[in-house]
Amino acid sequence: MFRETLLVCGKDLRLEMRTRVALHHVMPFVLAVVMLFAFALDADTAALRKATSGLFWVTVLFAATLLVQRSAAVERADGIGDALRLSGLNPASLYLGKTLALIAQLLAVEVALGMAVVVFYDVRPRGALLLAVVAVLSTLAIAAVGSIYGPLAGGMKGRETVLPLLFLPVLAPVLLGASRAFEIALGRGVGNGWSWAALLGLLAAIYLVVGVATSGPLLEEA
Amino acid sequence: MTAPEPISTTAAVSTGTQTTASRGTRVLGLAALVGIVVTTIYAFVVSKPDSQLGESVRIMYVHVPAISMAYMVMIANACFSAYYLWKRSTFADLAAAVTGELGVVLLGLGLVSGSLWGRVSWGTFWQWDARLTSTALLFLMYVGYLAIRSLPAEPQSRGTRSAVVGILSALLIYPVHMSVEWWGSLHQTGTALEGHIAGNQLFTLFLGFVTFALIVAWLSMHRFRVAWLSEQLAESELADSITARRADAEADAVTTTSRGAS
Repeated sequence: MFRETLLVCGKDLRLEMRTRVALHHVMPFVLAVVMLFAFALDADTAALRKATSGLFWVTVLFAATLLVQRSAAVERADGIGDALRLSGLNPASLYLGKTLALIAQLLAVEVALGMAVVVFYDVRPRGALLLAVVAVLSTLAIAAVGSIYGPLAGGMKGRETVLPLLFLPVLAPVLLGASRAFEIALGRGVGNGWSWAALLGLLAAIYLVVGVATSGPLLEEA
Repeated sequence: MTAPEPISTTAAVSTGTQTTASRGTRVLGLAALVGIVVTTIYAFVVSKPDSQLGESVRIMYVHVPAISMAYMVMIANACFSAYYLWKRSTFADLAAAVTGELGVVLLGLGLVSGSLWGRVSWGTFWQWDARLTSTALLFLMYVGYLAIRSLPAEPQSRGTRSAVVGILSALLIYPVHMSVEWWGSLHQTGTALEGHIAGNQLFTLFLGFVTFALIVAWLSMHRFRVAWLSEQLAESELADSITARRADAEADAVTTTSRGAS
């Protein structure tokens, strides 16, 4: 199962290396959102610094929506859905492989986004360990949900509009936890950042369990 | 909610029966109607204004039962969804659809009544409070559930996809319910269970629960029967189309053979 997971993950990452959708489309989109937030807040650096955590994670969710749509779209082309069903791959491995590939792409986007907010919003990064742990756990939760909803919405007419409607409300608890933990790590919030990290870990675990449990029926409908 | 035993679905489809009512639903509907009248009388006449909440206490007789019933039908939705994924039962799929629709209506009613109560008590229609915000998110998630159900798809595909959304959405019900305790929300804690009200107020709230339960049961049965009939109609239309296509193909084959012979 582990080998199959890595196989699927490797396939998605190789596709990304060849097409460079994340690099050529999603990264510039993320930078555009960072700029637009600055225009919306009248380029007030103090206000931007104060809102950095929330803006960062909202941007990540927008980028994740695009990446999830892309991840599901590659399986729809040229009858790949049928090929996957007939391949004998374990549905759970397929789900975990796609999740792992999404995590890798999202983390790359988050690193670029982090550098952008440091430069454009004049944020001084600190609490590196908490920031890193929260980023990994939140990304895991986002990717776990994305790999459920991507194929779920992908096979239907109207998928472009229905995916954000399903995907974004489910991730509201992740947005809340990740933003609060980032605020604390950056010294702008009070409380224990590690409690928020634990909550994010719990959410990621729940989403992963639901994803593995529903991967079989969803693959049948792919 | 029961299967549509009193009406024959095939007969209804073929003869164009105009009603989904049965003796049971008529009795239930009448009881719900009586419940609405009695609850309204109690809510506006018998129950006096609260010493702290004033006249706005009357909103509670709709708000609390609506939200409670919304939770119940959403939990039922998750159970039917899980059962559908397990057994692929059409009954479970349609029952999940019905509970999803009712959940959105009840939660919407709870949000609107809560918002009106907030205007009177807090001076604003909306507060970015944990309970309100999480309830609004739950509402949006079930709107997404209905969106998935409304997209054109094969019944099994639609059933599977919506069942997964139903199960994931239900995960938020407990955090929404506990948000008052966990995040120290502005929203008050359990009114009836913690003994904040008594006498006529408590009795009116109880009446509200009974009335809402009757309305939900009555609506569920009718809506389920409509959904069941729609499913049967779609299947019979498909069967008719296949038969017509086969007849056309056979006619074409006969024509081709006779031309070949001549």
